[in-house]
This record gives sequence, structure tokens and C-alpha cells, in this order.
Amino acid sequence: MRIVETIHKADWPAIVSRAAGVALLLVGVLLAAGLCAATPQDHSVTSIFDSHSTPADSIRQLSLFILGVTGLIFLVVFSLLSYVVVKFRGRAADKEHEPAQVYGSTQIELAWTIIPILIVVVLFLATARVIHAIQDVPKPAEAVQVTAIGHQFWWEFRYPGFGVVTANELHVPVSDPSHPTPTFLKLLSADTDHSFWIPQLAGKTDLIPNRVNETWLDPHETGLFFGQCAQYCGTQHAKMLLRVYVESPEDFQAWVRGQQQPANEDAREVAGRRVFERTACLNCHAINGTNGTGRFGPDLTHMMSRHAIASGAAENNSQNLRLWIQNPDSIKPGSLMPAMKLSDTELDALVRYLETLQ
Amino acid sequence: MSTLESRLPENSAVGKLPYRGKIGMACLIIAESAIFTIFVVAYLFYLGKSVSGPTPGEVLETPIFYTICLLSSSLTIHLARKLLERGRRTGFLALWLVTVVLGALFLYGTAQEWHRLIYEHGLTISTNLFGTTYYSLVGLHAFHVTAGLILLTIVLLFGLAGRLGSEHSARVDVLSLYWHFVDGVWIVVFTVVYVLGR
Amino acid sequence: MSSDAIAIQTAETPGRPWVATLHEWVTTVDHKRLGVLYILYALFFLVIGGIEATIIRIQLMYPHNDFVSPQVFNRMFTMHGTTMIFFVAMPILFGFANYLVPLLIGARDMAFPRLNAFSFWLTAFGGILLYFSFLGGSGLYGAGNAPDVGWWAYAPLASRAFSPGHSSDYWTIAILASGFGSIATSINIIATIISMRCTGMTLGRMPLFAWMNMVMSGMVLLAISPLSAAQIMLLVDRYLGGHFFDTQAGGSATLWMHFFWIFGHPEVYVLIIPCFAFVSEIIPVFSRKPIFGYPVMVGATVCIAFVSMSVWAHHMFTIGMSSYANSFFTITTMAVGVPTGIKIFNWLGTMWGGKIQFKTPMLFCIGFLFQFLIAGLTGIMLASSPFDWQLGGSYFVVAHFHYVIVGGILFALFGAFYYWFPKITGRMLNEGLGKLHFWLFVIGFHLTFDLMHIPGLLGMPRRIYTYEPGRGWETLNFLVTIGAFIQGIATLVFVANLIISYFKGTKAGNDPWDAWTLEWSVSSPPPAYNFASIPRVSSRRPLWDLKHPEDPDSHYE
Repeated sequence: MRIVETIHKADWPAIVSRAAGVALLLVGVLLAAGLCAATPQDHSVTSIFDSHSTPADSIRQLSLFILGVTGLIFLVVFSLLSYVVVKFRGRAADKEHEPAQVYGSTQIELAWTIIPILIVVVLFLATARVIHAIQDVPKPAEAVQVTAIGHQFWWEFRYPGFGVVTANELHVPVSDPSHPTPTFLKLLSADTDHSFWIPQLAGKTDLIPNRVNETWLDPHETGLFFGQCAQYCGTQHAKMLLRVYVESPEDFQAWVRGQQQPANEDAREVAGRRVFERTACLNCHAINGTNGTGRFGPDLTHMMSRHAIASGAAENNSQNLRLWIQNPDSIKPGSLMPAMKLSDTELDALVRYLETLQ
Repeated sequence: MSTLESRLPENSAVGKLPYRGKIGMACLIIAESAIFTIFVVAYLFYLGKSVSGPTPGEVLETPIFYTICLLSSSLTIHLARKLLERGRRTGFLALWLVTVVLGALFLYGTAQEWHRLIYEHGLTISTNLFGTTYYSLVGLHAFHVTAGLILLTIVLLFGLAGRLGSEHSARVDVLSLYWHFVDGVWIVVFTVVYVLGR
Repeated sequence: MSSDAIAIQTAETPGRPWVATLHEWVTTVDHKRLGVLYILYALFFLVIGGIEATIIRIQLMYPHNDFVSPQVFNRMFTMHGTTMIFFVAMPILFGFANYLVPLLIGARDMAFPRLNAFSFWLTAFGGILLYFSFLGGSGLYGAGNAPDVGWWAYAPLASRAFSPGHSSDYWTIAILASGFGSIATSINIIATIISMRCTGMTLGRMPLFAWMNMVMSGMVLLAISPLSAAQIMLLVDRYLGGHFFDTQAGGSATLWMHFFWIFGHPEVYVLIIPCFAFVSEIIPVFSRKPIFGYPVMVGATVCIAFVSMSVWAHHMFTIGMSSYANSFFTITTMAVGVPTGIKIFNWLGTMWGGKIQFKTPMLFCIGFLFQFLIAGLTGIMLASSPFDWQLGGSYFVVAHFHYVIVGGILFALFGAFYYWFPKITGRMLNEGLGKLHFWLFVIGFHLTFDLMHIPGLLGMPRRIYTYEPGRGWETLNFLVTIGAFIQGIATLVFVANLIISYFKGTKAGNDPWDAWTLEWSVSSPPPAYNFASIPRVSSRRPLWDLKHPEDPDSHYE
């Protein structure tokens, strides 16, 4: 009788909406898990659980542990809440008598203070270990050294050891766990705060003006990894995208050698080169071998070796190049590239010239 | 509600609760201390980090005399308040006037120092990090001294008009608390800027 | 009842010119009127902030959407955050505190009524100034408009070099003004509670509502002040050529971050602690039991206040602090979860063995418990520094803090509305509409904020006006937006309930909930002077003692 009464009088709406909330959460987690099961080559879904590098791996393991512990806490407390809400429902007939007035219980309160403290200690120890493992790792001699400089709204990458300057698309060698060749990045900023985040390779680290930060990654498999700026830096923060090409050691060396060459000298495109050198282009952009030594915008010496322009905002092809030069606001409104206001002839010549810069 | 009152047993009273003006001023002092702490932290953090321009050691002169003025004004205001409590109006007014004069002297000293720094050494708030943090910190304090002086002068005027008596001593006490705070802040600022910072 | 007879009819007197009523409200120093003004002001800005959120969500429904330009979007998220924190949450909580604290401690008004009025108008001015930015101020490149630097206004983005025009100045001065208003109100609350309690009400006997608002006010004194200081420094930089945050002159961008978050973190506890207060008053009444463990509830609150002043740099885990600093802030942040978690157990302990009545105030409190639990647990995740290196600055954080603010704070506020609306207006809010409001809001809330965690886990950063397709974010963002619409509808139901019930609700009487604290001993609404004679209490639940003279609380405390 009592069970039937309890079921009959239970506040089903409240319970159902509670359960619906939990179900939604579970669905969401399953969705996320499903999304992690992306194909090996396609890393376009940048889940933090789809780690391919030691820092990201360590974080993933730690996060699963923490999720497990907090999940357990949730189940315990949620069960308590559900039980209380069902069992201690007031009955209309019983309104005259107040229940026993209990003011507290030292033992119970001690228990539910000590247990959380212990949980915190465990979580902290697990966390501290990973903090030190990632931050205090010594830099091996074979590490590739990159300097990343954040700009509004593009990334400058320099390889001081190789004399290479490029933009937006980072190339790194794959790292074999038995002979690690990690890439260490020194992070600087030319203007406001930015943040370098490739979720599948490492946690994010900020680029802050007047400050030198460092991060590292050692990708275990080749492929293309995505990320973007993760600290609001102004109007086009959203389109400050990142591409990281993880290559075999041979491919990486080939790429470096290509980048080290001076700019392609194509005699047919002298007109275009003249446009570059005689308009304001060279105030901001550098092309190795020309008079252009500007540092405000990306280095264009090998711009055709990049997949995208405008830090990932558009694919690198003729049409987009023309659009970008004539009217950057149509691709990336608020970027600091000015509309160059060239005549059609000048524009044609310039684009043809730029397209020779492999 | 009379019902509530009559039904409940007589119990020991809570006791005389603190004067709300004093509590209010204490809270204001806590908040202001937090503001000053941030300026002090900025000052200390930027010590030695100026990229160019004059350094503290090069241009600062310790304002001993004006510091003594300000700190003794705490003593005079304390004595003045005690006199008002006992209803000794003339004595109160005299000491209160001395307090105002000492405070004004301190402000004059600050103005003089700034004049020298700006015109002789070319140090302004925009010169370098030292300039920015120095003028902000000392300026914030001077602003609080000025506000205090205005309030003290108002009280002085009321007193001169014969409107103050021992029944106002609690309120005057609250104001003197503020003045003590201003002096306390100066002790910290003085130590940080003229002792540690050089 | 003697208090009814003495009640002076003012606004209700027929034939009274509306100008006179308006004048009365504008010049009032009565804590109850000011409380209502704060609440109405906040409700207005809640709707505005909600519209800004809706614009954000519509823009993010599809990748590469062009519902608004990036410039407008950036203004929207800046204004949404700034409005909700400073011109919705703070005023509404101060509004409830203003209204209830004197009543709960048996006083006739706050300690400084004129300061009270000044605080309100200063805060109100701040909000109006902030919104004037949409209209006023010209600057370079049309930048003179609403602020678009994010509600944290990080340096050097907010400096003259990167924010020409006056948009950032509107942000700075508006919040500076309302910050002084908040400090003044906190001074008032503390002085009132310490100096104006009625006879017999020791600190150990005053309602938890009073304790928690006192602790919150103490935190405001210590937390808002650093923000005020930082904003003065920003103004010095922007107008006097100062270099506080000028990285070119050797200044430090991270110094702004430290100053801001020394404010920013205690601020979120400032917002949640009064909500603990609401819940601590409502749950006992609807469980028909006293709060479980009153002394520990007080102790835990004070503990939270202290520890929360030491956790601020968990907002800065990614800026490159040393491993020792990161570890320190990890442990303190996790530690502050302990006293917070304890409270959830105390509330459960209150409900345990009770006779729970599932009226609307209680429904919202149960929702609060469930959601605050989850929010706290995602907070523990974010407290772990390496986990934060992935999750920080992403939509996971956005989901977490909205879970606290909407799922926790707003739910508790809704509960407070349904509970105290009868006291304030003399009429009950409609229970049917209340339940509809609750269910709709729960569904919308969970659809939006449960799912919102996932794009964060999949690498979606925050504060982006658009995103690339193919990252796995599209469907989730779409559904999140649908949930936002549902919450909007629920809010409209609530507003409708407020308006309809104000005119047509059932009369409430003094004590519609059969509660135990002093505000239920006077008429609804209370007379201007609150109590005909100052009450005398001898326990934490004076009305329980009155209603149960054979078994008063004073025997057990």
C-alpha cells in the first residue's frame, strides 16, 4: 500500500525532468564519444580526447580520471536527491503534523566534510603530477625550435635554426617515441593577447606582449591538425586559424629546404613584381630577394606553398587572392589588410607574380 | 506586533550594539584599503622596470617635515575629539583648527614636491612606469587627504558657528576614524615609495 | 492586527496624481521601495541581456552565418556579459537584500537610508551610461560605439592603441560608478546587520539570509575595490598617458589579468552566496524542518569567502605561470569546492525526513540543487590546471559558468520571486503559470547548457563570431540556440505571471507559506515602518516559537 501510495503521489514531473536532464547529458557524452571515432587521417573534428601527442595524451588520461571521480560524485548525490524527493514527499492528509525537527548531526557533518577533503587531495596529487610532467620537461637537443609570434589576426612562425620565416601553417616533424623529436615553440606577441591551441596535440598557451611563453608538442603520427586562436584578440579573432602539418622527417626536411630558397625569380612576371615593390605592399610584407622587408603582415616569399590565405579564412587560389587584395573585408571584415585599390591591370599582374612564389 | 512581544519570554537583551556610523566607516576603510593595496602592488611590481626616464633614487627627496605634519594631525584630531566628548568646545575648536592646518601643510608639501619633479626633473605621469605608478599612488592618497580636509573644514565651520556640542562627538569620532585611516595609508605609502623604493 | 490599522495608504489612494506617485518613488529612501526599484531595474536589463544573448545564438546557429557582422557580434558578447553581471545580477541581489534584511532582523530600515538611495541611483546611472555607448561617442573607424573588448577588457586590447574611440571608456566609467554603488550598499548591509538587530537576535539567531548577505557584502568590499583600482589605472593609461598596462613601455598585460581576476573570482561567489541565502530560507519552509546544521552553514560560508580570495589565477592557467603557481591555484580552487559541496549536503539533510511541498519556489530550489551540483563538478574539472589548458577559453567554460549563473543563480532567484512576491505585493503568483515557467525553463536550460559543454570538448573557443564547418560543432550549436529560444519563452511566461498576478493574483495575507521568520509576521505588503513595535526573539525561528509554544526552538538552541 505504502509503495503504491508513494508511486502514486510522487512528483513525476520533477522526477521526469530530472531524468530527462540526465538522459540528455548521457546522449551528449555519447555524441561526443562517437565524434571522437573519426577516421585516422581526418583530424577535422578536434576533440581533446583524440590526442596524438604526449602533452595531449597526458591531459586526456588525467581528464578521464577526473571525469570518473566527478561522475561518481554526481551519481551518489543525484541518487540521494532523487531518493529524498520521492521518499519525503508531503502528503495532503498529513498537513497538520510537522515532521521531527532535526537541527543537525555532528557525526554526519564531519563525514561529509572529511570525504570531500580526501577526494580533493587525490585529485590534486594526480593533477600536480601532470603539471610537472608537461611544464618542467627538459628540452632535448634534437628538438625543433620554432618562434611563434601572434599578430592581429595571423600567426608568424620562425625557425631560427633553419633561417625560415613563414605564416599561419606550421610544419613539424613527426616524433618517434623511441627517439623523440619534439617541437618546442617560443610564444611571443606583436600586439594583443592570443592563444595557441591545437587540441589534439597540446593544451593551449597564451601569447602575451612583453612576455615569453613556451609550449611543446611531439606528434606521434603524420597528418594535418587544426586549431585556432583561443584568446579574444579583436575583431577577427574568430578567423585566426591554425594548420599544423606533421610530416615524416624526410618530408619535413624537404619543406625546410624549399622554404630556405630565395623567392622565385620569374622573368615574365616583372610587371607584377614592380606593382609589389612600388605600392604600399612592401610596407607590410616581405619577399626574400625584393625590396619588401615589411613585418606587419605575413612573409610572402613562399606563399603558394600554403593551403590558405588570411590565416585560414580562404583557400589559396587566384580568385580569392584577387578578392583579398582588392577587398579584404569581403573575406575577413575588420582584418588589418587594407583594400589596395589597384587597377585591373595592376591587380592581374600582381596576382600572376604572387602565384609564382612557390 | 504586540502579540509577538507579549507571548515570548523575557530574555537577555542582545546588549548594546555598536554605533552604525562607526561600522559604516570601518567598512569604508576596509574597501579603501583594498583599493590602495592594488596601487601599492602595482608600484612595487614595477620598481626597476621602467624602460627609460628618471628613477626613484635619482629624483625623490624624503618629505620628513610634511610627514611629521600629517602624522601629528592624527594626534591633534584625537585630542580634539576627546575634548568635544567632554563638552570643551573651545579647546576642541582650537585643536581641530590645528589639525586642518597640519593637513593643509601636508598637501602643500605634496604640491611642492610635484612641482619640483615636473619642472626640474621632467617626471610626469606619462614619462615612464615610475612616473605613472608614483603619481597615481601619491595622488590617490592626496585626493583622500583633500576629501578629508573638506569634511574637516565643514565641521570646523559648524563648530565656529556654535552648532557643535558633545552630542555630536560620536559623528565627529567617525570622521576622525577616516582621518586616522588617511594617515595610516601615508605610513604605508611613505615606506613603500621613499624607504623601500629607493 | 495593529500593523494593518496603522498602514498609511499612499499610492493606493484613488485620485492621486501620478506625478506625485512618481515623485515619491524617485525620492524614496525606504528600503522596500529601493529594493523594488533595484529588482525592476534588473528585470529590465535581464530582458535586454537576453536579447543580446539571442542575437549571439542566432549568429552561431550555422557556420559562416552573417546574421550580424563580427563588429556587432563582439559588442554583443561584451555587453551581454557586462550587463548580466553588473546590471542584472548585482542589482537584483542587492534589491532582495535591501527589501528583506531589515524585515528579517526586525529593523525599520537600513542603517543609512539616504546612502541606500544614492547607491541605487549611482548603479542605475552606470547602466544607462553603458547603454548610451550605442548612441554616443564618435571615434576612429566607427569604433566609438558599444564596448567590444569582452567583459574582462584585457590589456592591451582595451588600451588606446587597440581601442580607439570611447567604447572602452563607457565600459570603464559605467562599471566604476556602479562599483561605488555596490560598495556603498555593502557598507549599508553590514552596518544594518551589526547595529540594528532587534532585541534577542544575537548573531547566532539571525536568519541565514542575513548571515549570507553580510558575508557577501564583506566580499564586495574586498573584491570590487581591486576592480575599481584597476579601472582607475586603465583611465590613467587611456587619458593621462600612463603606462600601467602599456607593454611597449615595459608594462605588464598580465598585471591587468591579476587585478581583474582578484575581483572576478570573488565576484562570482558574491553572486552565488545570496542565492545560497534564498535557498536556505525556502527549502526549510517547504520541507517543514529547520535548516540542517545552521552553525556549519555559517562557517562554510565564511570559509568560502576567505578561500575564494585565493583562487583567482585559475582564470589564468594558460598564461604561462610556473608549475608551482599552477599547482597552488589548482589546490585552492579544488579546496573551495569543499565548503560549497558541504552546503548541498546540508540542504539535502534539511529535506531528509521532511514533508516536502512541491510548490513553485521549492521546484526551483530543487532545480538549483541539481544544477549547482553539476556546475560545481565541471568547476572541479576546470580547477585541474592541465585539464584547463584544454578546456579554458573554450565553450566548456561558457557552459560551466552559465550552468552556475542560469542553472544556479537564476533558478534560486526565480524561487525567491515566487516565495517573496506575496510579501512584496500582497498577492500570490499564479501556481499553474509558475509550474509552466519551471518546466519550460528546465527543458530549454538543459538543451542549451548541457549540450554546450560538447563543442568545448571538441575544440571550439569562445568569443568567436563564426566557425568552420566540418569541425563537429554545427548541430550542437543549432540545438543550443533552440534551447535559448525555449528559455526566452519561459521568461516571457514568468514576466506575464508577474504582471497578471500583480493585478489579479489571490490575496496572500501575512503568511501564505506558514513560514517562521520575522517578515511573515507583518502584513503583505508591510507597512512603511515595518513593525509597529520592535520584535523580541529568543530563537532562530521566532514564528515557529509562536505557532508551537509547547515546543519552541529556544529549548533546543
